[in-house]
Amino acid sequence: MPRSIGERLWALSVWTFIGFFILNLVAMIGSVLVNSFGTRWFNTWLPNGFTPSWYALAWNEFKLPDILIVTIEVVGAVVIISGLIGVPAAYAMARRRFPGKTAVMAIFLLPLLVPPMTYGIPLATVLYQTHLGGTLIGVILANLIPSVTFVTLLMIPFVEQIDPRVESAARVFGASTGRMFVQILVPLLLPGILASLLLVLVRTIAMFELTFLTAGATSQTLVVALYYAVFAAGVRPGQSIDAMAVVYMVTTLIWLLIALRFVNPTQIVTRAKR
Amino acid sequence: MSAANLTLRQRLHERGLDGVTLLVVPGVLFVLALFIYPSIYGLLLSFEPKEGGVFGNYIKFFSEPFLYTTITKTLVIAIPATAINMILSVPVAMRVRLMKHPRLLTTILVIPITLGTVMVAEGMLTYLGPRGWLNRTLMFFALVDEPVRLIHNYWGVMLSLVITGFPFTFLLTLSYITGIDPSLEQAGAMLGARARMRFWRIILPLLAPGLAITLALSFVAAFTVYPSAVLLGAPAGPTRVISIAAYTAAFEEYDYSMASAVAMLMAAVQVIVVAFLLSLRGLFFHGPASSGKG
Repeated sequence: MPRSIGERLWALSVWTFIGFFILNLVAMIGSVLVNSFGTRWFNTWLPNGFTPSWYALAWNEFKLPDILIVTIEVVGAVVIISGLIGVPAAYAMARRRFPGKTAVMAIFLLPLLVPPMTYGIPLATVLYQTHLGGTLIGVILANLIPSVTFVTLLMIPFVEQIDPRVESAARVFGASTGRMFVQILVPLLLPGILASLLLVLVRTIAMFELTFLTAGATSQTLVVALYYAVFAAGVRPGQSIDAMAVVYMVTTLIWLLIALRFVNPTQIVTRAKR
Repeated sequence: MSAANLTLRQRLHERGLDGVTLLVVPGVLFVLALFIYPSIYGLLLSFEPKEGGVFGNYIKFFSEPFLYTTITKTLVIAIPATAINMILSVPVAMRVRLMKHPRLLTTILVIPITLGTVMVAEGMLTYLGPRGWLNRTLMFFALVDEPVRLIHNYWGVMLSLVITGFPFTFLLTLSYITGIDPSLEQAGAMLGARARMRFWRIILPLLAPGLAITLALSFVAAFTVYPSAVLLGAPAGPTRVISIAAYTAAFEEYDYSMASAVAMLMAAVQVIVVAFLLSLRGLFFHGPASSGKG
């Protein structure tokens, strides 16, 4: 197709914008990284010297070991429980037509459409009144809402891809629902389960609002602790906050890279579309 | 076989209710207990204010400028941010759709979404600060005389909403654009339509329902901005968004009733805007996305 000069210029400006956006993104992440290793940085392009000592400071000052343990506990529990609840629910939704299915679909969809800040406030109120607010269990319960529904909606198309005759064959040979699940469905669904749980993992590490609204002093995850560190900037050296930011960034991006081996980047935002 | 001869179990099975259907129960109970119940509870609680009548909280909200201006302040941030992200996303998605290997680009763009607003805020504080690389570059090329103030004001929040919001809007738009059958556009090209005409006459009408949903999702995300409004904005002044009002009521004044009222108002504004966006395309009664209730 011959392209006019106008079309070429247009394409060039679009690519320039993409380049400009990525350049700034890289510079933004880069400046955090450089600052976290910098000694003194004032009116120069780069710090005067480099030192790893801010990481040691952040490790002790922000009680990073405790925070990391809480983060692992929360994320681990959310991933396992949302898999245990979400996958069977998706199976039922994919295989059965029952009265009220549309309504069930709607209540699974709502938590993914309503932003966490909106439903988080009433949720935190209820959790605090049942004395679960501020505890690890409260944080896990809050984080499970978007995760359970996310897994369910993501898994429905995966279940639909499986030939129902495979299940019928298992039934003919006398397998119960539980046995069929463990021996037939889970192995067949493994790519889907892995993809959805990895996405839940990445989303839970980065889930700020719900954790922020429900966490107490001892149940903060990494992202909430980072928020409080940035919020109280000035109390501690900026480099140690950036060191903590780098720890958070590395944690998130490692899992993102693992997740991207199984899913397409667009799936991270399109939720349950495919 | 007549219905009378069937056992209860068989009759239930005919309607789709059996052991397999029960697997959905834990999930439904979970969402009912932790999403639907708190929402209804919050709605009712908002009508039981600490002082005043049934509508005490709402009357208080709309009589105190410090509270009711949060709605307009949030809209003044969220609407332009959503518009900018949308306007940037469509041309970029149109271009990226032609790429043979868009995966590297989409991977890079998914990073700010994954990192989240808190991390982006910390990055911006370092990068855009008066001694950050951006201001150094601008001054190096003598584009400005003194550092440009891009943080702790309106622009800080706006920029952070573009940094996390543009990739989100773009990836969503891309997934809708790649869903359009390319042969439709080829047919247009064969009949002599140039790129611009193909976009306005073929792509855009097909894309419109998807764009309406994308706009709605981007808007609600921007409307509930919290961490960047606090960390990058002026949370006592022009970026005192509605989330801050809700948070302050709940966790600083311990007035959960008022906090619930603010959350309900937040949801109400979202529903109104989303309903408006979706009604533009006559979509209102179709997609499940139209039921954006909080």
